Amino acid sequence: MTSGLFDKYASLKKSYESLVEASPRNPFGVVIERPLSATVGIIEGRETLLFGTNNYLGLSQSRHARDAAIETATSMGVGTTGSRIANGTFSLHKKLEKRLSEVFHRKHTMVFSTGYQANLGTISALVNKDDILFLDADSHASIYDGAKLSGAQVIRFRHNDPADLDKRLARTKNSPGARLVIVEGIYSMTGNIAPIKEFVDVKNRHNASLMVDEAHSFGVLGEHGRGVAELQNCENGVDFVVGTFSKSLGTVGGYCVTDHDEIDLMRLCSRPYMFTASLPPEIIAATLAALEDIQNKPELRTTLQRNSTQLHAGLKELGLTTSDFVSPVIAVTLETIPQAMAFWNALLEAGVYVNLSLPPATPDNRPLLRCSVMAAHSSEEIAKAVNVFGNVARTLGVIS
Amino acid sequence: MTDSIPNIADMIIEKLLANPKVPRNINADSRIVEDLAFDSLAVMNFVMEIEDTLDVSVPLDRLADIRTINDLASCLHGIKAEQA
Repeated sequence: MTSGLFDKYASLKKSYESLVEASPRNPFGVVIERPLSATVGIIEGRETLLFGTNNYLGLSQSRHARDAAIETATSMGVGTTGSRIANGTFSLHKKLEKRLSEVFHRKHTMVFSTGYQANLGTISALVNKDDILFLDADSHASIYDGAKLSGAQVIRFRHNDPADLDKRLARTKNSPGARLVIVEGIYSMTGNIAPIKEFVDVKNRHNASLMVDEAHSFGVLGEHGRGVAELQNCENGVDFVVGTFSKSLGTVGGYCVTDHDEIDLMRLCSRPYMFTASLPPEIIAATLAALEDIQNKPELRTTLQRNSTQLHAGLKELGLTTSDFVSPVIAVTLETIPQAMAFWNALLEAGVYVNLSLPPATPDNRPLLRCSVMAAHSSEEIAKAVNVFGNVARTLGVIS
Repeated sequence: MTDSIPNIADMIIEKLLANPKVPRNINADSRIVEDLAFDSLAVMNFVMEIEDTLDVSVPLDRLADIRTINDLASCLHGIKAEQA
């Protein structure tokens, strides 16, 4: 008996069924049978170029990280079976937190079991119902969910618009609670880069705090790979940096780094930190190894930047609509869902996998074909992807 | 224009009608999701437009109970009074 439990899904079911009916394959059910390398995987039995994995530096296939994981699983086992505040803190967790603090030149780090939980756990520990959160309108779902969990009042400001934030902070100047502004370094759907330096100026004028989610920019931007705040030389103005291990570092997990000494109190009230099992030791070991890779191989970032420029320029030259920002996230905006479905299916059938992003998960109600570039892509692989994009776009009449 | 609830409702309707996809026969009792076919993101983005006109900021939790254009006008009127 489900006694009406699923009645609310009626409209979702209708939309889902019509999407699946209109597509030769379920766009939400792609299976990578196995990766052959960072850039090529087997999908539907065929070798497919991977341009939608967020694996920006290719480190999910790092031999160094893999060997560290194997060695650690052999010596320490495969899981912790407990929370960080009970039996789930191994010396490796402390070592990773210390290492991340060193990398970011910050005093403290909290490691979470996923990037999603890092946002939930940080936001819900920092603000409560008496406080106000100011979120960029295009914030990731984990930021909105963290806001909901916190119970704080949430005010959205226009995407990447410091002047709009300024106005909204001014309107709440008499509010008694704390005010926390949250922005992302690189926005995951569009690849847009935040003007963090300007946001720092605004939040300083209003005596608010700033948290930056560098999930897609850590390891990618900045001289040492610390993200957009480093690139824009404004790290001192950022109170909390949140990020993930599941993009440039190639593993799984998340973190919050800060200079605020109250972090040990956050560990005692952050529910997504407390009420879940901690990361398995082999994941911590692989992440530490991947951090070494990032530190020791700055050429990964320069190659990634070159590859991003090649794909961005290639898609622009075809006449496709993309953001003007050059980052490893490059999204082609299309006009209708049927057009995007046909385009995405044709790309996959021609051997190129990208992410299909549909409204309302996209910023302006238009569908996106979201590409993520890797340092591991060869110039020939990028040229092939651009060529396939061009052929499909012409066939579908998206370009002439 | 005063910021009375009926005036705010009129302003909302005027802004909505600027969007050609919105049905022409809307009134203050029209339901935003059902009658205007707005999803949650569209509602949030539309509210952002009105916020600037009235110089208010609407916390997201206040949107949860809004069903009709009139509800939205009452909500904005209340916040305007609080922020005065």
